[in-house]
Amino acid sequence: MEQFEFNYPAKHKVPKRAHVGVAGSGDLEVLLEPKDDNTASVRIRTSVDGFKNTWKAVLDRFFGQYDRAVHIEINDAGATPGAVFLRLQQAVEATEV
Amino acid sequence: MSKFTGVRGRVWFKALTGQASSMPGDPHSVLIADAPIGEDKARFLCVVPDPDGRFPCARRGEVGLEEAYTLAARVREAIDADKDSAKRPIIAIVDVKSQAYGRREETAGIHLAAAAAADAYATARFAGHPVIALIVGQAISGGFLTHGYQANRLLAFDDDGVLIHAMHKEPAARITRRTVAQLEKLAETVTPLSYNVRDYAKLGLLYKLLHVSNAEHPNAEDVSLVRQEVSAAIQDARKASPDLSNRIESEAARVVRRASRLARARLEEQWNH
Amino acid sequence: MSSPIFSREYLQRCSFIELNARERAKSLFDPGTGRELAEPFDRIESPWLAIQGVTPQADDGCIVMRGTIGGNKATVIAFNGPFQGGGIGEVSGAKLTAALDLACRDNEKGSQTSAVLLLETGGVRLQEANLGLAAVAEIISSIIALRRYAPVISVIAGPVGCFGGMSLAAGVSSYIVMTPEGRLGLNGPEVIEEESGVEEFDASDRSLIWSIFGGQQRYEQGLADVLVNDDTDRMVNTVRELIAKGVPAVHRSEQVDLYRSRIAALDPSTQWEPKQLHSWPSWSAGSLARPTSRSEGPATGNKEKEQ
Repeated sequence: MEQFEFNYPAKHKVPKRAHVGVAGSGDLEVLLEPKDDNTASVRIRTSVDGFKNTWKAVLDRFFGQYDRAVHIEINDAGATPGAVFLRLQQAVEATEV
Repeated sequence: MSKFTGVRGRVWFKALTGQASSMPGDPHSVLIADAPIGEDKARFLCVVPDPDGRFPCARRGEVGLEEAYTLAARVREAIDADKDSAKRPIIAIVDVKSQAYGRREETAGIHLAAAAAADAYATARFAGHPVIALIVGQAISGGFLTHGYQANRLLAFDDDGVLIHAMHKEPAARITRRTVAQLEKLAETVTPLSYNVRDYAKLGLLYKLLHVSNAEHPNAEDVSLVRQEVSAAIQDARKASPDLSNRIESEAARVVRRASRLARARLEEQWNH
Repeated sequence: MSSPIFSREYLQRCSFIELNARERAKSLFDPGTGRELAEPFDRIESPWLAIQGVTPQADDGCIVMRGTIGGNKATVIAFNGPFQGGGIGEVSGAKLTAALDLACRDNEKGSQTSAVLLLETGGVRLQEANLGLAAVAEIISSIIALRRYAPVISVIAGPVGCFGGMSLAAGVSSYIVMTPEGRLGLNGPEVIEEESGVEEFDASDRSLIWSIFGGQQRYEQGLADVLVNDDTDRMVNTVRELIAKGVPAVHRSEQVDLYRSRIAALDPSTQWEPKQLHSWPSWSAGSLARPTSRSEGPATGNKEKEQ
């Protein structure tokens, strides 16, 4: 079981929170909430150890395109980077409806 | 330990009731007697092995179709008989290695048989009968849900032969992909996983842990102690609510089942907005 | 019935099974009335999983909602199959019990509130063993308390089905709704093969599995009340109707003499063809009276079947 935190600068607000996914085998749960300041923070809990760099790469790519002030919590049970990116996008979409 | 399955049940049934058989027409795997205890006359029930049972998968002390429906029928008989009078205590003597695992059982709906027995015990409890479970040996999984787990008060012996759990060690280890040794190690820090009855007692579900000198061959003192404690449990149950709230209100539960209590509190807060 | 793949109705249906647990729960409520309680952002998680290297879920895999269904107050509790096989842990079990108890309390105050359980569960979550098992015992008790006042409806849609200790929860419910894809049983095929050998049960034989545990079989042998094809609208209508119908005069798990005599009439010296048990006269919820009156007894005919 590993836990990481990453932080990124942010410019804009997000209108509401969102929850997608499930911490089932090969999948992940994402909780996304608005933040008041101009940063974004991500806390990841994963049952698959040793992939910190991969997580960083995925999140760097995500926040390269997404500049909102959010706190994201990820509960991961072995999802692939592609699946992680997809869930993050789903969470973003859910804040826009 | 497994060689003792079902032996303790029979021993304690005899010790507490003076009787040793099933009721007329019932399968030999279910012992039932009405016998005095303290100031009461109680109905005692126990599931035991019957190597000549009709169902091949329920001959070694498993709770199968016939066992579950017999328990249900005899508990309901007591409920009906006592409808307009004093509610006799109902005492489940528990030593069951599991539910019955068989294709016939599933085809005929053993889940409903098990439900019917649990239903009868719970209905008795809600009707005002003190329902007591005395765990003298094994109390595993579906067998325990069917026979004993609906009791107002749970008592167990503080003894290595007492095993209360959701699944036996070997299959549990296999399914969670660990060795038995790893499972045992984990159980040292994760209390609900433990196979030790003293750890079970920390969960706040047990009314009392009883200390007898010999669970397989009880002496007169052992039997007297157990009779006393069962009587005390009956009195205690009579004074309290007929639901299972004592299992979450106990001192130990306030510590170990904090998360359950938090979930309940949060739901209650939010129920009406 | 025509081949389902080419039927227009089949193509236009909206699958209930393809919805996730939260979507299934939401779909049952009258539009705009469903509200989730102890939701993920409350973060009431299992205290036992992270230490074992298992990632917790923010809602512990159990979704509790309340609102109205067909104008009647109801609470819906759904288990999330993909999380730990829908297994009952300390928290997910406590959420279900609490919802049942709160509904029961409302009923006692005169506000009739039914419960609908979406059972996608393998039973007790082994990683929480004794607390999961204890939670199931408490769930069974709370269903029995609530069903005196208002119906408790167990919906088993699949793909996980309802096994283990939770099959007893289904068994004590007022009504059981299944789809053909759903399965209901105490011990799953793998467990039986493990405990009693492959001769007793070949867990790789899918048609054997559904012929014994599947919704069609359970319905035909009178152990499920309604068989609904996998369609959200039909599921919603079925649940509405059952809530409106109210508490049955007698629950299936109370009919001990009936089922006991059926078992006594069986010859266990050989295995049975599941179809042999279709000749059990079916106890059906179809003809049972409204909550304030007693019915004449178990129904004959008048099954509720939706194609």
